[in-house]
Amino acid sequence: MPAIAEKNVRWVKHPKLSLAEQIYLPTIAQGMVTTISHLVKTLTGTNSIQTQQYPEQKPSLPPHYRGVHRLNRDEQGRVKCVSCYMCSTACPANCIDIVAAPSPWPDREKYPELFVIDELRCIYCGMCEQACPVDAIELTTIFDLTGMSREDMMFDKEKLLSVFDQTVAMGTDPVRTKGGRLSVAAEPAGSGLTTSSSAQS
Amino acid sequence: MATVLVNDISVDIGDEKLNCVQAAQRAGVTIPHYCWHPALSVVASCRMCLVMVGEKKPDGSIAMQPKVVPGCQTPVKDGTVIQTMDPMATTAQKATLENLLLNHPLDCPVCDKAGECLLQDYSFKFGNASSRMVDEKNTPPNKPDIGANVSLFTDRCIMCSRCVRFTREVAGTAELHVVQRGNHSEIDIFPGHPLDNKLATNVVDLCPVGALASKDFLYKQRVWNLKTVNSVCTGCSTGCSIHLDTNKDVVYRLRPRFNPRAQGHFMCDEGRLGYHQVNSSQRFRKPLERGESGTRPIEWSAAVASVDRGFRQVSGVDPGNAWFVLSPFLTLEEAWLLASYARSVSPFVRIVSGPVPRVGEDDTYPKDRKGRPASNIKFTIRAEKCPNRKGVETIVSHFQKTPLSFGDLLQACDAGSAHFVYVTGGYSSAHPGFRVDDADKLSKVPNLIVHDLMPSALTDRANIVIPSAAFSEKEGTYVNHAGLAQSTVAGCVPLRGMRTDGQVFLDLLGRKGLVRAEEIRKEIGKAVSVLAALAQGSTGEFGVFTGSGS
Ligand code: SF4
Ligand code: SF4
Ligand code: SF4
Ligand code: SF4
Ligand code: FES
Repeated sequence: MPAIAEKNVRWVKHPKLSLAEQIYLPTIAQGMVTTISHLVKTLTGTNSIQTQQYPEQKPSLPPHYRGVHRLNRDEQGRVKCVSCYMCSTACPANCIDIVAAPSPWPDREKYPELFVIDELRCIYCGMCEQACPVDAIELTTIFDLTGMSREDMMFDKEKLLSVFDQTVAMGTDPVRTKGGRLSVAAEPAGSGLTTSSSAQS
Repeated sequence: MATVLVNDISVDIGDEKLNCVQAAQRAGVTIPHYCWHPALSVVASCRMCLVMVGEKKPDGSIAMQPKVVPGCQTPVKDGTVIQTMDPMATTAQKATLENLLLNHPLDCPVCDKAGECLLQDYSFKFGNASSRMVDEKNTPPNKPDIGANVSLFTDRCIMCSRCVRFTREVAGTAELHVVQRGNHSEIDIFPGHPLDNKLATNVVDLCPVGALASKDFLYKQRVWNLKTVNSVCTGCSTGCSIHLDTNKDVVYRLRPRFNPRAQGHFMCDEGRLGYHQVNSSQRFRKPLERGESGTRPIEWSAAVASVDRGFRQVSGVDPGNAWFVLSPFLTLEEAWLLASYARSVSPFVRIVSGPVPRVGEDDTYPKDRKGRPASNIKFTIRAEKCPNRKGVETIVSHFQKTPLSFGDLLQACDAGSAHFVYVTGGYSSAHPGFRVDDADKLSKVPNLIVHDLMPSALTDRANIVIPSAAFSEKEGTYVNHAGLAQSTVAGCVPLRGMRTDGQVFLDLLGRKGLVRAEEIRKEIGKAVSVLAALAQGSTGEFGVFTGSGS
């Protein structure tokens, strides 16, 4: 790294604190005003902020929320993932582990024999969802996941498929499956992967 | 001296006979090409390498031909001018790629070649982003049974015919051919004659796309997750240069690495699949000591101390009763360290080289139609199934002035005059080095130390077993049949808690620090005159010839 020439360095001094700032009292009083005004509003019932009674009352989150993953199923209930490793390649936390195998179905070449996401390591960035060429992995609105051990938080293929079933049953599909446009490869067979027209449709 | 102008870069090609693709390579310019391969005949069928070619006249003017020509088929001479960026050339390249992609399934997400696919690379660099194809694509069925080790994804094929020419020109067995015509051309075999020659999997490396896939590697890894180091195949004394592909310290694949001094472009299937032993769960992980109540694992330091104690005890009485067997699977550096250890105690300790597994005769390719070897040899699978006989024998003869053989050791075992024997192994389980009756003879030795990878008849009879590291886990040098010394780099760290062979020998020698093959190589180069070529430490990409050649 080249050293910075002295003439290019600008020295900045901390601003000096005034007496009022040094004794803090005005700032504290300012803060108390906010607190007391809220207290008054609450006591008189004019406060617009509501406290939600979580966990008795669950928040309804927008469908683009990035919570626990799910692995989608196709129309025949099979795992949609084709084991391309795009998600695990994109994942900045390196928390997706896939073991691919030749698929048992004639219409597909490859499927995931094992698919494990370490939900503790995941940073819920959603890159996996963006990388997937067949929209097989999505982040759901489920955010309150708990487990008794680290192993409990390693979600395997069955668990991730069960999250799909659960979210479908609850009617909280993520935004892409719900209304968003699926990626080209996930469109129904016959629309073609390559024709530029289908990419725009 | 001949000068060629490639995109206005002038390159001097000497008096070599090159085509445009090669000349451009020298100038650092890529001319995309599929069907041309330096080891195969020129067919100029894929039309990917179309470029503008012209000539610089003595008066300095340049006369270009008014059309594009296939660069792979056009030789260059002094004054040849090649233009790859000319609009006519780039349009032709674009059109070729569009044509190749007409029927291509574009299933890169599930294609094993993705990441090292020339169709991907060239499409990205030279092609179009979209296709005008509106008709249904051809979807010929896959042919998973085209060969024992090879599978064909028919629809991905771009008909470059490299695989066909390989089986005809290099293997000579000619299993593959093109059936049908035009858009419906397919690669196929004759019924009942699968692609099963001993070089078959090379077609997978040759295939520029994901049409031919190695069944061994299929779906195991995505290639961009692999780490590659330069290594050497230890399957036979040809010593093919290879790429060793690993991920998280597991070996997934060996691929041939071009080396004009060793083997050329290819490698045999047995060597390619020979790495499986490395990943075997049967490998020893801890030193074992045999007591009255069977074997028990012991600490490394205890094993080293116990070997050293046993050796010094025997050589204190009569050093001629202590023997060291240097396996032809050891690297030069390991052999040097172990022999130095033996000599450091007494000059009368006996050092012999281990048995050399041999299978039949050298197997040369191409074969003729009846499977007999032809005269223009392009590849040889050697009968000697070990990588370093020459190197280890050189080291042994440096230390052991009166030559002894492994047979002498067996006789000494029978005569009861071998009291301490240190045997190194590392043989592949397909070609074991020690027969059961050798092991029986060696079992008479009161203190038998066996340094090996996997359980065998010999390790069952050892007093102390020390685990070996596999070739992929250590760095070192191998000297092939022709005296070519090639050094390797470790692709993975040894199994958890393991020590490499060289480290054990350093510990025995009481030398501090880690094994640094390069330093030891320099040491060997200075001390052993036939190996003087090693004195500069590095053997370079292609290896160096040593004086121990034939
Ligand atoms: S959300 Fe981000 S961190 Fe989590 S698995 Fe997906 S890519 Fe990885
Ligand atoms: S990106 Fe999608 S299809 Fe590919 S491995 Fe991940 S989930 Fe499966
Ligand atoms: S051959 Fe190449 S372009 Fe074709 S699917 Fe495989 S990786 Fe993609
Ligand atoms: S299978 Fe591969 S090597 Fe053979 S012709 Fe097709 S693309 Fe070329
Ligand atoms: S590489 Fe020249 S035509 Fe195929």
